Amino acid sequence: MNHKRNDIKYKVRRFSSGAMVNLFLLLIAISCLFPLLWMFGSSLKTQATVFSDMSIIPKVLHWGNYYRAWTEGNFGVYFLNSVLYTVSVVIGIVLVSSLAAYAFSRLQFPGKNFFFYMFLAAMMIPLPGSFVPLYVLMDKLHLRNTPHGYILCLINVGLSLSIFLLKTFFDKMPTDLEDAARIDGCSKLGIWWNVALPLAKPALAVIVIFNSLNVWNEYILALILFDDAKFMPLQVGLATFHGEFVTQYHLLMAGVTITVIPILLIYIFMQKHIVKGLTAGAIVG
Amino acid sequence: MRLKRSTAENYLFILPAVIIFAIFYIYPFYATFNLGLRAWDGVSPVSQLVGLRNFKEVLFQDRLWWPSMWHATYITLIALTLQNALALALALACDRQIKLGNFYRLIFFIPPVLSEVVVGLVWKWIYNGDYGLLNYWLTNIGLGHLARSWLSNPQTALTCVAVIHSWKGFGWGFIILLAGLQTIPRQLYEAARVDGANSWQRFWHVTIPLMVPVFVLVSILTILGSMQAFVLILTMTGGSPALGCSVPVTRILGSMRASLRFGYACAQGIIFGLILLALSFMQIRISKKMKQA
Amino acid sequence: MKRTGIFSMLLISLIVSLAGCGRTETKKADVVIWHWMTDRKKAFNELAKRYQAESGRQVEFKLFAPSEIYSQKVRAATQAGTLPDIYGILGEKKDFAIFVKAGHVLNLNTEMSDNIHEWRNKFFSKALIVNEFEPNNEFGAPAGIYGVPIDVTNIQMLYNKDLFKKAGLDPESPPQTFSEFITAGKKLKKAGTQGLVSGWAETWMIDCLASNFAFNIMGEKKVMRTYAGEVPYTDPDWIRVFSLFKEMADSGVLASGIVSMNNKDAEQNFANGRAAFAFNGSWCVNVYKGMNPDLNYAAMFVPRVSDEYPMLIWGGAGSSFMVNARSENKEKAVEFLKWLTDEKQQAYLAQDTNNLPANKYSLTNISPLLSQFAQTMENTTHPNIWPRHEKSVVIEAFDIGIQSIILGTKTPEEVAREVQEVKEREMAK
Repeated sequence: MNHKRNDIKYKVRRFSSGAMVNLFLLLIAISCLFPLLWMFGSSLKTQATVFSDMSIIPKVLHWGNYYRAWTEGNFGVYFLNSVLYTVSVVIGIVLVSSLAAYAFSRLQFPGKNFFFYMFLAAMMIPLPGSFVPLYVLMDKLHLRNTPHGYILCLINVGLSLSIFLLKTFFDKMPTDLEDAARIDGCSKLGIWWNVALPLAKPALAVIVIFNSLNVWNEYILALILFDDAKFMPLQVGLATFHGEFVTQYHLLMAGVTITVIPILLIYIFMQKHIVKGLTAGAIVG
Repeated sequence: MRLKRSTAENYLFILPAVIIFAIFYIYPFYATFNLGLRAWDGVSPVSQLVGLRNFKEVLFQDRLWWPSMWHATYITLIALTLQNALALALALACDRQIKLGNFYRLIFFIPPVLSEVVVGLVWKWIYNGDYGLLNYWLTNIGLGHLARSWLSNPQTALTCVAVIHSWKGFGWGFIILLAGLQTIPRQLYEAARVDGANSWQRFWHVTIPLMVPVFVLVSILTILGSMQAFVLILTMTGGSPALGCSVPVTRILGSMRASLRFGYACAQGIIFGLILLALSFMQIRISKKMKQA
Repeated sequence: MKRTGIFSMLLISLIVSLAGCGRTETKKADVVIWHWMTDRKKAFNELAKRYQAESGRQVEFKLFAPSEIYSQKVRAATQAGTLPDIYGILGEKKDFAIFVKAGHVLNLNTEMSDNIHEWRNKFFSKALIVNEFEPNNEFGAPAGIYGVPIDVTNIQMLYNKDLFKKAGLDPESPPQTFSEFITAGKKLKKAGTQGLVSGWAETWMIDCLASNFAFNIMGEKKVMRTYAGEVPYTDPDWIRVFSLFKEMADSGVLASGIVSMNNKDAEQNFANGRAAFAFNGSWCVNVYKGMNPDLNYAAMFVPRVSDEYPMLIWGGAGSSFMVNARSENKEKAVEFLKWLTDEKQQAYLAQDTNNLPANKYSLTNISPLLSQFAQTMENTTHPNIWPRHEKSVVIEAFDIGIQSIILGTKTPEEVAREVQEVKEREMAK
C-alpha cells in the first residue's frame, strides 16, 4: 500500500514529464499496432482489393477467407504438428539448458570454461551449408522424416542461446536461498528444481517465449528433413499461399493472422511471469 | 573420493546439452569446414581439395564481401544504439507501475511476432516514393522537399532498413531488460531511498551496476541478430550492392545458389562466423574490464 | 508440487504422442514426384486422381515451397541417395549438367525417339532444347535428352490500354522502337502515370532485358565472342547497351523504385493501374487475373533499338521434370510423364493455371493474351541454349552495374570498365 502511495506522489510531482513519456509510449504503441490492424483488415478483403481498397477495415467483410485458409492450407494437420513440436522443443530446451546453465553458473568442474565457450561460439557461427551434412547424418541415424529427429534438431538450435541467457540471469541472482537449502540438506538437483528455477522465472519466461516463436515460425528445416506432408508444421501451410508466381494475399493474411494468435497467447501468458517475479520475490524475501 | 563423485555429478548437469550439441552441431561444423577447403558443386560425389584458396579469395579478392560486411555493421550500430535505447527506455517505463502498463507490455511485443512478409508490405507502402504515407505526411507538414523514393535511393535505403530492423527487434531487448529489472530485489531501492538517494542516483548506483550483465547479454544478442539479418533486407530492397544493401548472409546465399560455389559459400560462412565470434568476445572482455573498474 | 505435477504430465503426454508418431505407414505410391510449383498444387493433384482412375497407378505429388529451399532439399537428397522417382532441377544449365554428370538423371533419348519421334514431336522445339545436351557440349555432360518440359514461357512487355488512352496514346499501337518507347514514357509521365515497372531488384530480369538489347544491337555472334573474351565490354556496342538504361532512367520511363522492386511489387503496381508498362513473363497473365480481373492490357514485343540484327527475347521451357536414373520405378515414371504431356492433360494444365503448355497441340483453348505470348515463341532465345556462357561473377558485376546506372551513381563508361576488369580477372584464373 505504502508503495502505491509513494508512486502516486512521485507521479503528481512529475506530471509534465509523465505526459511526455505517455505520449512517446503511445506513439510507439501505434506504430506496433498498425501493421497488425493492416494484416487483420487485409485478411477480410479479396485478392483484388488488398492493394486497391486502402481502408483499414473493408466495407464487405470476407470472413470466408479464414475458412479457405484453414482448409486449403491444410491447417488442421499442420496446426497440431506445430503445437506438438513447439511444446516438446520448448520443454526440452528449458530442461536441458537450465541444467547446463545452472552448472555453468554455480557448480565447479574442470573444463567448465571450455564447455561454456564452446556453446557460446556455436551461437555465433552460422553454418550455411550445414543442412547437407545434417541431412545425411539424420538419414544414417534413421531420424530423417521423423518428428523426433526434427525435434532434436530444433532443441539443438535453441540450446546455445538459452544457456547463455539463463547463465547471465543465474549469475545475477543472489545465492542466499540456495545456500540455505544446501544447509537444509537439499541435493544439487533438488536445489536446481526447487530453488533456482522458481527464482529464475522471468528468465525462463523469456526463454519460453523466444523458443516458442522460433519453433512456431520454423519451416526451412522441416521442408528439408520431412518428405511426408503429415509431419509438416504450420508455416509450410502458409507457403502454399505465397507461391513462386502468385501470392494469394487475402488468404496469406488470414493464415498469418491464424498463426499469430497462439504465439501472442503464449506471450500474454508468459509475460505475466516476467513481471510477477517481482511480487513472488517480495513474498519470499 | 567424495570430491570425485561430486564432480562427476556436476558433469551430469551439462551432459544432456553436450550430447545433443555433439551430434547435431559438431559434426555438421566439421563437415562444413571441410567443404570450405574444397571446390564442390553441391551435388557430385567428388570434390577437389583446394586448401585455403576459398578463404583467401573471400578475404582478399571478393570485391563485394567487405562492403557487405560494412553494411551489416552499419545496421548493427544503429540497432545497438537506437533499438537498445528504445528498449531500455520502454523497459524502465514499464518497470514502474505506470498507467496502461499491461497494455504496453503486450503491444511492444507485436513487431517481433509479426511475419516479415507483413512488415515488408506495410513499411514498403509507408516508404513508397509515389504513394507512400511518409512522403504524404512530409508534404503535409511543409517538408515536401524531403520527399523521395526512400528505399531505392543509395543514400537512404540502408538507413531505412536499419530503422525497420530496430523497430522489429526492440521487443526482444524490451522483455529481456524488463526481466532483468524485475529480478533486482526491491529492497535495494528501498535501502537507497532511506539513505536519501534521489531517483537519478538510485538509477545510477543501484540499477545500472546490477544490470551490466543483462546489458552485455542484450548487446551480444543484438550484434548476432543484426549482423545476420537478411530477410527484411531482401523483402524491402532486394539487397542489391548497387543500393548499398548487401549483407554477408545474402552474399553467402548467392554463392550457394551459383553453381560450383558451394565450397566457397562454406568458406564465407566460416569467416563470417569467426568475425562475429571475435566481436562478441571483445564485447565480453570490455564489459568485464568495466565491471572491475 | 503443483509444478512437478504439470511438468510430468506434459512429459508423459509428450512421450506418448512421440511414440504414436510415424507408426502408421501408408502404402507407398507407385511414382513419387517432388516439385516446388505452389500455384499448380491443385491441378497436379487433380491430374494424379485422373491418372489413377485411368491406369490404376498411384502417383503422389509432393510440394516443397519456396523454391530456394526446394533446391537445397534436392541437393541434400543427392548426397543421401533419397531422391524421388521424378523431380525438377532449378537453376542454370550448368547446374543441370552437374546432376546429369553425377548420374542422377535418366537419359530419355530413346524414349523420345521411339515411333519416329512421336513423343519428341509433341513439344515446342525451344522447350526441348533446354533439356538437351549436344555431343561434346561445354559442360562435359553425356549427350541426350534429360528432362520433360511441362510448360513454356517467355518474357516480354505488357502495356495498360486504359492508361494509354488517358495519356492520349493509341491503345492499339504500342511503341515498336526504343525512341517511340521513350516518347510514350514521357507522355505518360506528363499525364501523371509511372512508366515501366519490373522486378529489377532480382537482377536476372535486368540481365534479361539487357541481353535482348545486346542481341538486337550486335547480334548473337558478337555477344558470344564477348563471353569468350574476344570482345571487351568496353566495346561501343556494349556501351550503347548500358546507355539505353541511362536513357530510360533519365527520361523518367522507369518507375521511381524499380531497383528495389521485386517482381511481385511490380505486378501489384501494374495490376492496379499504377504503371503503364511492365516487363514480365507469361506467368503474369495468371497473376494479373487474380489481382485485377478487369485490367485492360495487352502484350507487346520489346521495342527494338536497331534494325541490323533481330530482336530475340528470352523464352523456353518454364518448368521441367526429370526422372531419377537410380529409381526402381523409372519405367513407371516415364510412362506417367508421357501421359502428363499428352494433349489432353497439357490443355487442362494450361487452362487451369493460365500457363503456356509445352505441348504445341494443346494451344486451342487458351486466352487471347496467352496466344499473344505463344505467337512469339519462335523469336525466343535463352542462356540455356547458348553455346557459351558468361561467368556468374561477371554477370553479377554486369547487373549491379546497370542498377548503379539507373540509380545515377555510375556512368555507362564506368560500368563498362568495371565489368571488363572483373572479366579479365576471371579469365586469368
